[in-house]
Amino acid sequence: MEVGQLQRRLVDYTKSLLTEGILDDQFTQLQKLQDEGNPGFLVEVVSLFFEDSEKLLNDITRALDQQSVDFKMVDAHVHQLKGSSSSMGAQKLKNACVTFRSFCDEQSMEGCLKSLQLVKQEYYDVKNKVETLFKMEKQIVAAGGSVPKTE
Amino acid sequence: MNPSNGKGSISTASSSGAWKVGDVVPDQFPAGLRVLVVDDDPTCLVILEKMLRNCLYEVTKCNRAEIALSLLRENKNGFDIVISDVHMPDMDGFKLLEHIGLEMDLPVIMMSADDGKHVVMKGVTHGACDYLIKPVRIEALKTIWQHVVRKRKNEWKELDQSGSVEDGDRQQKPSDEVEYSSSANEGTWKSSKKRKDEEEDTEDRDDTSTLKKPRVVWSVELHQQFVAAVNQLGIDKAVPKKILELMNVPGLTRENVASHLQKYRLYLRRLSGVSQHHGSLNNSFISAQEATFGPMSSLNGLDLQTFAVTGQLPAQSLATLQAAGLGRPTAKPGIPIPLVDQRNLFGFENTKPRFGEGQQQHMSSVKPVNLLHGIPTTMEPKQLANLHQSAQPLGSMNVQVNAHGGHSGSLLMQMGQTQSRGQILNESAGSHVPRLPSSVGHPVISNGIAGGVIGINGIGDNSRGIGYNQVRPTSSMLSFPMNHTSELATNSFPLGSTPGISNVTSKGAFQDEINSEIKGSTGLMPSYDIFNDLHQQKSQNWELHSAGLQFSASQNANRVQGNLDVSPSVLVRQGYSSSQTSGQNRNVSDMGRAVFSGVESTQQGNAQIIGQQHNNFLVDNPVRVKAESIPDAGSQSILFPENNFGQEDLMSALLKQQQGGIAPAESEFDLDGYSIDNIPV
Repeated sequence: MEVGQLQRRLVDYTKSLLTEGILDDQFTQLQKLQDEGNPGFLVEVVSLFFEDSEKLLNDITRALDQQSVDFKMVDAHVHQLKGSSSSMGAQKLKNACVTFRSFCDEQSMEGCLKSLQLVKQEYYDVKNKVETLFKMEKQIVAAGGSVPKTE
Repeated sequence: MNPSNGKGSISTASSSGAWKVGDVVPDQFPAGLRVLVVDDDPTCLVILEKMLRNCLYEVTKCNRAEIALSLLRENKNGFDIVISDVHMPDMDGFKLLEHIGLEMDLPVIMMSADDGKHVVMKGVTHGACDYLIKPVRIEALKTIWQHVVRKRKNEWKELDQSGSVEDGDRQQKPSDEVEYSSSANEGTWKSSKKRKDEEEDTEDRDDTSTLKKPRVVWSVELHQQFVAAVNQLGIDKAVPKKILELMNVPGLTRENVASHLQKYRLYLRRLSGVSQHHGSLNNSFISAQEATFGPMSSLNGLDLQTFAVTGQLPAQSLATLQAAGLGRPTAKPGIPIPLVDQRNLFGFENTKPRFGEGQQQHMSSVKPVNLLHGIPTTMEPKQLANLHQSAQPLGSMNVQVNAHGGHSGSLLMQMGQTQSRGQILNESAGSHVPRLPSSVGHPVISNGIAGGVIGINGIGDNSRGIGYNQVRPTSSMLSFPMNHTSELATNSFPLGSTPGISNVTSKGAFQDEINSEIKGSTGLMPSYDIFNDLHQQKSQNWELHSAGLQFSASQNANRVQGNLDVSPSVLVRQGYSSSQTSGQNRNVSDMGRAVFSGVESTQQGNAQIIGQQHNNFLVDNPVRVKAESIPDAGSQSILFPENNFGQEDLMSALLKQQQGGIAPAESEFDLDGYSIDNIPV
């Protein structure tokens, strides 16, 4: 596929992610940040995010698995995840965290478990989509083009 | 600095992130600002670091509060501002905020994904100078330098106040005045600034660490010595003089100890639980009139508490003052009460108070920040209430000048004096307690200057900056009833209004311009109160709250319009040049100066002080205005808040005026070199 086509595909794909709410404007901001001189910035940040999120999800799963669940601690973890996903621009994931937190407040075990499921789902979803995005970018660069900016 | 006139440049200067103060700040400022970021979330940390680097700041990141503290301790002057997350596993963000405020007095900005009101309020009370909600956008980071400047300005002012600078300044004033009368604000500003720098030996603009008046950095050891001395004397008996003796540290002045003691007391109070005092204090201080300012009551309570604790402001005396104040009706019904609304920081709406008839109402809506005790004697009930509301707990003195007689003023003054003596404390929480150094000026306003309340909070801390606990905006309300003199013009001086000029109330378009200008410049988060935010959210340390001076001479309303060309940029610049003193609010003086210069040029009491940086303005402006505006009314005593402002300076200026049968706006004031022309009061 030629560069122009690849670029168009990337732009469209990014737009669709934004429309669906998987990603929000914060992600666009991060992309813009990268342009200012640090080419690997976004990839670096995203990797950090994935790593950190998976650790958090594990912690949450373990906490909910306890005999006596410490909802405060679960809430703290979810709050953390919420913070980093909002910094990343992972909107749907962030929203899932917000819902999760309300169940933590209610100390509802069932609600928490369900929320955890949902959060995990959203997480893997955004992870896949962002990885696809990066792959597309790599392709463009490999074909000699430059990554188009998302407006 | 924006050379071209102050007016035009203010808006641009203030709103843009670029620091254009040529003569005050190094040209590349705010590039190179040294920021310390603390957050346990690695993703956020990296993103923030990148954003800050894009703003051309020098960034150091760390993910643990303990590490951050040790970094700060090791490099006393190594950082300009700290940004910290609220929720961290090893130490609560607010605790870090307090520590920084007490030990290093740097501006601290808090941030969190949590935007709940309580958390934000906590930031305010602990003295943070700003509060950012995650995800943080780069735009929000672009303006964080303002907190650094503001703090320095305040500190400078404080230094100025406590030192002999005032005298020197006074002498300078005449020459300054001359300069200011010309419309070249920039020129005068520069010169006055320069003069001030030379004279006062303030810190070189380029180098914040070389202060003429050395800023005392309270290292851990020093602080421990201090605490040991205090414990030895007993917290109740610990007076600065004795502490100083016990500590036996060469080079340490009584003022340094006094201001630190204030902060420390607030800190202790906070530790032991403020709430109890809250209620009691509130009751005593909040009269029925203040009912409208209900929401502020909590702040007031804190403030009161601070006072009570420090013993400076006994409730009874306050009440007496209040009564006295109330008992003397102001001649001018429409005395606007400049309320420095800390909220102004959050929103500009509030900052456009219209002084004058509408003032009262406006004030109510504004939710004035705690006013310092300086209870204006001649304030109308509403005004009084406003003042209370906006008075900051810090010993900001509300100076109220009675148009009719200086008696009440003197009453206030005395009160203010006691209060301000090292008392000015911003809310208890503020680790930075804006201290108004002994400033109690004996303002004597010859003209019908209504009491002006100047609440200047030494926002030492916060201001979003690290360690600066939330800058407590000191609200200083300066209201001058300008009833008499025909020359009095209705000017509202917004002092130190935070992000926007909170109290620009001149009747006229001027206000609007100023307000809008101010608005542009500040990007404060809602929670950031007028008070300095020095510590990121320090407890309600309110740095100078914008004090609005209001002159209600309707007759001069026209004149006022557009006359005041004090541009925030001017003020800002001034602030910047001030040496960095630890946690002192020097803004006031700086601001005041700027304002005055503007005023001078404007003539006719169009003294509008644009309190861009809320802290600073308040203090100075009101004071200045007062001095100026005493055209020929009887002697009025003006109580000036202690804020860093060179109250002595002001006082003498006022006295001079009085004695000399001042012609209004004679710019005889030796206010820090500002000559104010014809500022009818």
